This record gives sequence, structure tokens and C-alpha cells, in this order.
Amino acid sequence: MSHTGHRDDLLRVEDLTTRFYTEEGQVNAVESVSFDVRDNEILGIVGESGSGKSVTALSAIDLVDSPGEVTGGEVWLRDAELAEEFRGESPDAVDGDFVDLRQLPKGVRRSLRGPKFSMIFQDPMSSFNPSLTVGEQIAEAVEVQRRASANPRSTRSRTQGYGLGKLLFDSVVPGREYTSDESRERAVELLDQVGIPDPVERAEEYPHQFSGGMLQRAMVAQALAGEPDVLFADEPTTALDVTIQAQILDLLRDIQQDRGMSVVLITHDLGVIARMCDRVGVMYAGEIVERGSLEAVFDEPTHPYTQGLLGSIPDVDDPAPRLEPIEGNVPNLIDSEMPDRCYFADRCPKAMESCLEHPEERAVEGEQGHTARCVLADGEYDPERALDESHFEGGDGE
Amino acid sequence: MSFDGETDDEEYDGSLVEVEDLEKYYYENDTLFDRVLGRDPTAVRAVDGVSFEVQEGETLGLVGESGCGKSTTSETLLGLREATGGSVRFKGHDVFRMTGSERKVFRQDAQIVFQDPFSSLDPRMTVGEIVTEGLRIHSLAGGAERTERAKDLLERVGLSARHADRYPHEFSGGQRQRIGIARALALDPEFVVLDEPVSALDVSVQAQVLNLLEDLQEEFGLTYLFVAHDLSVVRHISDRVAVMYLGKIVETGPVDQIFENPQHPYTQALLDSVPRASVDEYGRRGGTLEGDVPSPRNPPPGCRFHTRCPHARDACTKELPPDYDTGERHEAACFRVDEDHEYWESEPLPHATETGEGTSVGGGIADSSD
Repeated sequence: MSHTGHRDDLLRVEDLTTRFYTEEGQVNAVESVSFDVRDNEILGIVGESGSGKSVTALSAIDLVDSPGEVTGGEVWLRDAELAEEFRGESPDAVDGDFVDLRQLPKGVRRSLRGPKFSMIFQDPMSSFNPSLTVGEQIAEAVEVQRRASANPRSTRSRTQGYGLGKLLFDSVVPGREYTSDESRERAVELLDQVGIPDPVERAEEYPHQFSGGMLQRAMVAQALAGEPDVLFADEPTTALDVTIQAQILDLLRDIQQDRGMSVVLITHDLGVIARMCDRVGVMYAGEIVERGSLEAVFDEPTHPYTQGLLGSIPDVDDPAPRLEPIEGNVPNLIDSEMPDRCYFADRCPKAMESCLEHPEERAVEGEQGHTARCVLADGEYDPERALDESHFEGGDGE
Repeated sequence: MSFDGETDDEEYDGSLVEVEDLEKYYYENDTLFDRVLGRDPTAVRAVDGVSFEVQEGETLGLVGESGCGKSTTSETLLGLREATGGSVRFKGHDVFRMTGSERKVFRQDAQIVFQDPFSSLDPRMTVGEIVTEGLRIHSLAGGAERTERAKDLLERVGLSARHADRYPHEFSGGQRQRIGIARALALDPEFVVLDEPVSALDVSVQAQVLNLLEDLQEEFGLTYLFVAHDLSVVRHISDRVAVMYLGKIVETGPVDQIFENPQHPYTQALLDSVPRASVDEYGRRGGTLEGDVPSPRNPPPGCRFHTRCPHARDACTKELPPDYDTGERHEAACFRVDEDHEYWESEPLPHATETGEGTSVGGGIADSSD
């Protein structure tokens, strides 16, 4: 692990790489992504659809499912207790107070979801089980955490089903409930904390009786059940109207500040990033192409993709007569079709001969911690060395 | 045949499209079985008395949140859905009372581009067939001519003539939306309804399509009704804007008036909610509106917005505010515009947070610093 990190780092992700093995071939969804999450901050990850931002979050908390696989990288979490526990057992996985989660046993990794990490998703309607009340589902999350803290290494999943078997079984052996009264009370408390009016009554309702905004609040409540240190929010407001989005963003900020937790906010909306985030990473084609503080990325964008992204959004207060879009389309991430050059070179207005070599992440002059995967980070654009079209065979952008 | 130079309306004022009191109700509990049981049908008032006009050559932005009825309005005014009330005039001709041949001409002159580029193109037709289907239906061009025309159209919208023989699934979202636009242009329309044409697209591609739409408008002298929920897109492309809330238009006006001097509290709240992509935005709280949009099955009495309005007073629950003229073709349906209205004497509602006497909060947003 590099020791250049910030002293408030809570999570350091280094060179995380995730592949999907599909019928069309290997998809390089996440390509050597590094970022760090500090105490009590909101880190934004912004990118267009298919840029790998959601898979990055899933990879960090070990939720990538077949046909996907995290194939490389390190995820260092600051946790003195865990570090102590594994110092003797696997010294490679421990560095000071940090442990590399990728080297820990699967059961331990799983036990961290809830008390350390938690996640909320884009579409609240499809994230809840339609056949259980909202209160029950939140109580279940509370119960899982409660049982786990009583018996930390136990299997944390609920083993009951909801099918015909369960129905028949319950008719023979009645009175077996997973959630306790305490968990249900806690669920109501959580609903209250996320600003749901009449939480006692609403807890008894089913997801379809909630509006989108209310259900997103309920999902936040569920994610808070384990008192997580880091909350990953994957496009939490994309499915919502702008006035409801504003409510949910206010709620997320309040909760983040009241609890002193860290939030990783994934979105495609640069406005949401600007309102919420202390630091930002910009993703393109599976890579973080630029990262730094909000001011650095928005006011001194270095990567031509970041510049292009900021130039393509219409300004609601000061409309430009003409938008400046990025030409071409987002590449698909199939391994055999990925070029050796910079992934953005085909669309880049400032592509040079040096871009034929895939760029490393470089420090941008000026602010500490501002980096870009671009030769322009520490160099100037030289029109005489510009790449001409002949390098992009068949480049009609399909 | 064309509509030019003739009209069956004495008061035709030159507007290309005039919508008056348009209503579209959907009825629930309205089956034969329900009637036998004597159940009253429930009306879902998707569009409830909407009036506006679109001038030739302009872009009218119709903006509102999901479920406010903006898409239903646009589809009803084209006759794609049957209106339950009101009238629409296209160049002075009543769209809902057109004869067969008139309607056929109207269908050529008024076109639509749909929101979802994945479900609005037939997967079993080639792009060339999709683009020229209108020409075939209206018998405007034969086989070879159609092929040529398809190639022209595809090139005009930034695709390549080679693409005519391919199928929709071979294209990305932005390219499909270009195909949808080419299809709408095939019949040389005068009026195009753009129903959320860029909301399914990524921002870099969205900007390409917006630029294309502006170029086409200039080249072909098109009139647009641009339906969208994204205020920054609406500001960018529109000449005039109408803001919808719960089946009604609450404010209309020239685009700069609406964005810089919004009169209706809903417009003000919408503008406040939009996150700006600038570092000044950091830490700004945008949640000025509480609660959710009420159901159109049972809209609140009086002003529909009073349940969420920070300025709501007792008077707002009593009667529906009329459209007050605030100058420069700018209208707002809010009592606060009228300085002498009894609104100012009545009691603020319990949820109202803004009880000050100011007539308008004004445009823009307060400087944000945390």
C-alpha cells in the first residue's frame, strides 16, 4: 500500500479491476480504479452510462456477481480491531490500522456490509420486496445487524423463504417470526429519522403505497440500519422529480453530517455533484480519468473529457447560444475492441501522438491530490503533434 | 392539398397551434360490470383545462414533473389520444373535427419524436423503412425515390447513408434518437412535438441532439413543442415556456421572463431545486417544497399547488386562481400577482413557511455559502 494517503482516509481503493465474462467477450467494466474516501466527507463519482461507476462501487464492497469478477486491486479499510485480529494470521493484509479486504475471508468481508458499508440504489420501486411491508423489510435489516453483533461471525443472511413452502410450514408450525419487536420499533425510529410522516402507520404499508420519494427515504432508513461508516449511494435521485430530488439530497447531507459518516455518491448529474460533494472522481470507459477536490475538477478541469462534460450541459442561469458537445459515442468496453491508446483519444479534440500510449494517472500541477489520466496533466497541447484521423481505422463512431 | 390560405376560423390570429381548455380525463371503474353495479366512474384528470398557443417558427417549452400531464397534452393535441374536452386548432382548423382528407394533411404537417429511442422504433424494420414509412403511407414517393430520400434524411441528421439497411438494435441511444428525428422530418412537417427527446440520453450525446434540433429548426423553419422535465434543457432551446402542475398550466411566458422573473411559487420552487453544475452550488439546500404531488384522481380544491406552496393562504383553497397577466405575454395563475386580492387578507395555511408580504420572491437563487 502506498503511504501517500491523507491522514483522514477511511477507505483506500487501489487499482481495482473488474471484468465481466459475457457471450460477446470479456468486458473491462472497471479498469485499475483508485480512489480514497475520507472521514466525514461526500465523495462523488460522476460519469455517463456504461462508464463503470456503479460497478466500481459494487466492486469496492464485494457485491459483484457472476458473470462479473473483481480480478485485481486492493481495498484498504481503516479498522483497528480487524487489523489487530489479522495481524498475526495474514500480515500482508494488514498495514498499520488498515486491512486489505480483498485478502480477508469471504465471511469476514460479508460481515462488514451493514456496520461498515451500506448501499442505496437508483430505483426504489424495484429494490424493495413488493410482498412485504416496508417496516418489516427495514426491521429485517435491523434484526440482521442485531443478531450479527451478538454473534459476529455467524451467517448473516436470513434463511427463511417466502414461497409456498414457507406458507405450508407456517401453517404447521405457527408463531415463528424472524424480526423481534425491538427491531420493528427501531425500524419505525429509522423511518422517522428519514422524515417519513406518521412512521408507525407507514411502516405497516407496502412499497406500492409509497411514492417514489418516500420509498427512497425508506431505502435510506434501511441502509442506516447497521450504522454504516460508508454509505454508497448509486444514483439515489435519478428516478425522482427535481423537487423530490432536492428533498432527498438535503436528507442525505443532514444524515451524513449528523452521523459523521462518509458517503460515496454516484451520479451522472454534475449539478448533484456540485451541490453535494467535497471531492470528485470522473469516470470514462471504466477508468477514473480525473479526480480532485470539487474546485479543482470543476474550475480547473484538465482532462479533455471533464472539460467536454462540463461544456455539454446547458446552464439554467446563463444559457450559452450553442452547446459544445463531445463528438462521437461512448465506447463499449469489450476487451478485444479496446484500443491500446488512451480510451478517449478517438473523441478527444486535443489528441496528440503521445496519446497512442495509454496514459497513467498523473498529478496535475497546482492542487494536491488533483490527478488526471492524461498527458495534458503535466504537459501542454502541441497542435503540431496532433493525431490525425488515420490512426482511428473505421472510426465512424458505432 | 394544404392548409395554407384557408381557414374555417374567423378569429384566426396567425398562431400555428391554438390549444383551448384541452381536457383529457381517464376513467376508472368504468367497465360494463361497474355500471351494472351502479358504481360511479372515477375521473383521473390527466389534463384539466389547458390553453396555450404556439406561434409559427418558435419553440414552446412545456415543462413539469412526471405525472403533470405534459406528455398527455402533447399526444392529445396531435389527436393521438382522444380529448375529452376542449379544442385544438392547427392553422385555424379544428383538429378534432377534421374530415378524413384534412386529417391526412394534418398528419403530414404535424409530427412527433418520442422519448424512448429504444421502444419507438420497430425492431423488424430497417432504418430506411422506418424513416420513409410516412412517405409510403401518404404515397408521396415510389421505391427508388424513397431509398434516395432515406439516405438524404439520414445524412441530414448526422448519420450515414450506409445506415439505411441496418436495424435499430445496431445503433446507440443517441443514434436512434436521430433516426426518430429523421422519421419526423420525412414528410416536411411544419410542427414537430418533441416529447422528452433527450432525457434518455447521456449529457454529451444530449448536447449533440439539441444542437441538431436547433440546426433543423433553422433550416426547415420548423415550429417545436418541446416537452421536458429538465429545466436547463428547456431554457436552452425554448423561446417561450409553459409550466405545468397537476394537469394545469400555472405560468407561461418568454423564456427569460420565466427563468429570471418567475411569478408562480411552483416555478420558483422548480428553479430553486435544480442543482447547478458550479462550485457555488456546494452546500446549497434546494428542498424548498415539502411533500409529494397530489393524485390527479382527487386534485385539491382551489389552487392545485396550495398543498405544497410555501406561500399558501386560506384564499388559495377556495377558488382556482385565474391566469393573471404580468406583462410581456407573461401569465401566472397565482393570487400573489394581484396586489388587491383578498389573498393578502386571509390566514396563511399551517404548512406555509413564507408568510412575508413580498409580492414575488423573484428569480435566480440566493447566493449560497455554507
